[in-house]
Amino acid sequence: MRFTMLPQVFAQMLKKPFTNKFPVKYVPRNTTKLLEAVGKGEVQIIPPIETPPNFRGKIQYDKEKCTGCQLCIRVCPSGAIEFKPEEKKIKIYLARCTFCSQCNDVCPVNCLSMSNEFLLADTDKYSKDLIVE
Amino acid sequence: MAEATTKTTYQIPIGPIHPALKEPVMFEFEISGERIVDVDVSLGHIHRTVEWTGMQRNPIQILYLAERICGICSYCHPIAFARAVEHACDIEVPERAWYLRVIQGELERICSHMLWAGVAAHEIGFDTVLYLTWQMREKALDLTEYLTGNRVTKAITMIGGVRRDITKDMLPKIHETLNYFKDNFEKLRHIFLDDKTIKMRSQGCGILTYDDALKLCAVGPTTRASGVKKDSRVDQAYFAYPDLDIDYMTPDKLTGEVNGDVYDRIIVRLLEVKQSIDLIEQCIDKMPSGEIVSEPKIPKLLATFKKTSGEGIGKHEAPRGEVFHYVKFNGESEKPYTWKVRAPTYNNILPWIPMLKDEQIADIPIVAASTDPCMSCTNRVAIIHNKKRTILDKEELHRFSVEKTRRLMK
Repeated sequence: MRFTMLPQVFAQMLKKPFTNKFPVKYVPRNTTKLLEAVGKGEVQIIPPIETPPNFRGKIQYDKEKCTGCQLCIRVCPSGAIEFKPEEKKIKIYLARCTFCSQCNDVCPVNCLSMSNEFLLADTDKYSKDLIVE
Repeated sequence: MAEATTKTTYQIPIGPIHPALKEPVMFEFEISGERIVDVDVSLGHIHRTVEWTGMQRNPIQILYLAERICGICSYCHPIAFARAVEHACDIEVPERAWYLRVIQGELERICSHMLWAGVAAHEIGFDTVLYLTWQMREKALDLTEYLTGNRVTKAITMIGGVRRDITKDMLPKIHETLNYFKDNFEKLRHIFLDDKTIKMRSQGCGILTYDDALKLCAVGPTTRASGVKKDSRVDQAYFAYPDLDIDYMTPDKLTGEVNGDVYDRIIVRLLEVKQSIDLIEQCIDKMPSGEIVSEPKIPKLLATFKKTSGEGIGKHEAPRGEVFHYVKFNGESEKPYTWKVRAPTYNNILPWIPMLKDEQIADIPIVAASTDPCMSCTNRVAIIHNKKRTILDKEELHRFSVEKTRRLMK
């Protein structure tokens, strides 16, 4: 066989596409209108592929447990964590977070954890969704 | 004047940003007809001051910075850095971590070589193969995500070990992926090595001879494709590699001859994918139980760095060749006093010149891509004086060196 790719190409035509068509099958003309339609329940979104166990998504912070030891600030590679001295609590800017979960590992009271949430795109880096406190 | 009128060649600049190259590097070709007569490579278009940034941080933070030196080698750089710090601070790595580090390293090699194979097919205009190989690579990325928690920036390295263990319930998924690769390897081999289109474009093209590869210090698959037996996994015997069945992968293992052309580089990379699958299986069989990190308490580790005064080196065989990190601590702060990185592509730049000479213009993309270049990892210095970029030549560097010696003697 000189063109070894040919049988593979024909076999591929009969297979289902490998890609998950997230969020909808075709690119919408207008994204805002699509989001409105989804909000009203007119259009169904194709769900994203499930995240594996121990996935590193958006950080969750248990403020009650936090003792304000600032170890997480010492190890954070991107300087995403800010200390609030009057409360002795921390504030995490997710726009800077690199999702390495080093702060989770270093925390002596386990007040930080990683969730499965990963759809965090935003036009404003200081938006409410991107600040954990 | 006489020279100008008799000159029959013309010049073509390619780069720094060019659709044929995936990386910001500038080539200046001297062309006669379709034939390349001379090549000049100019670098320094993407200097990111990673080393300087690292010197303002402690080694735990640098692990994640080192990960971002290269997207594809996002395991090799932190692991080489961790080895350098372990060398400087005399940290012993537990035995289980050796095996876990090998598994992660080999998994990355599979990902990287598959990615390269797809890009190489794309460079010769065979995009169907690109999609096929990247579809297979997706399985390797899924496994990476399963083992480390993320697809690209793995964050698995820790100084003195690794951060995540492989438990018994993870083994079925690993075996499933490895079996998928074994089943599909023959298909991939058949497409890459028997197809007429790929053979036409890659055989006898971009030849790097054994002598040139030795003389120009090429590393990784580029040098092994020329028949040079150089592989730091075998030569340096680090991690669990001495316990595993591993050998230099040269193209004569498959075809019985060494040509040093692009086709041979494809063979070497495909053989290494197979070798990596085998190494991961061996590791899973032989892995002892025990600790995965020598010092789980990070504040203690930071105190160790602060006390350390000395230097260390770390090497690892990245998918593109040997990566080398140098670290020095001065005992005053937990931040390193110096951090130096040598990425494998640095050594693979000069071999481009003999490879590209006497080739045709249309062969430039595939020959340039055949060393799997990674420019942003390589660029370490840019000289800007009075807001103008300058290039230092040999004489100037020599003058600086003499001046520094005199300054120190005072």
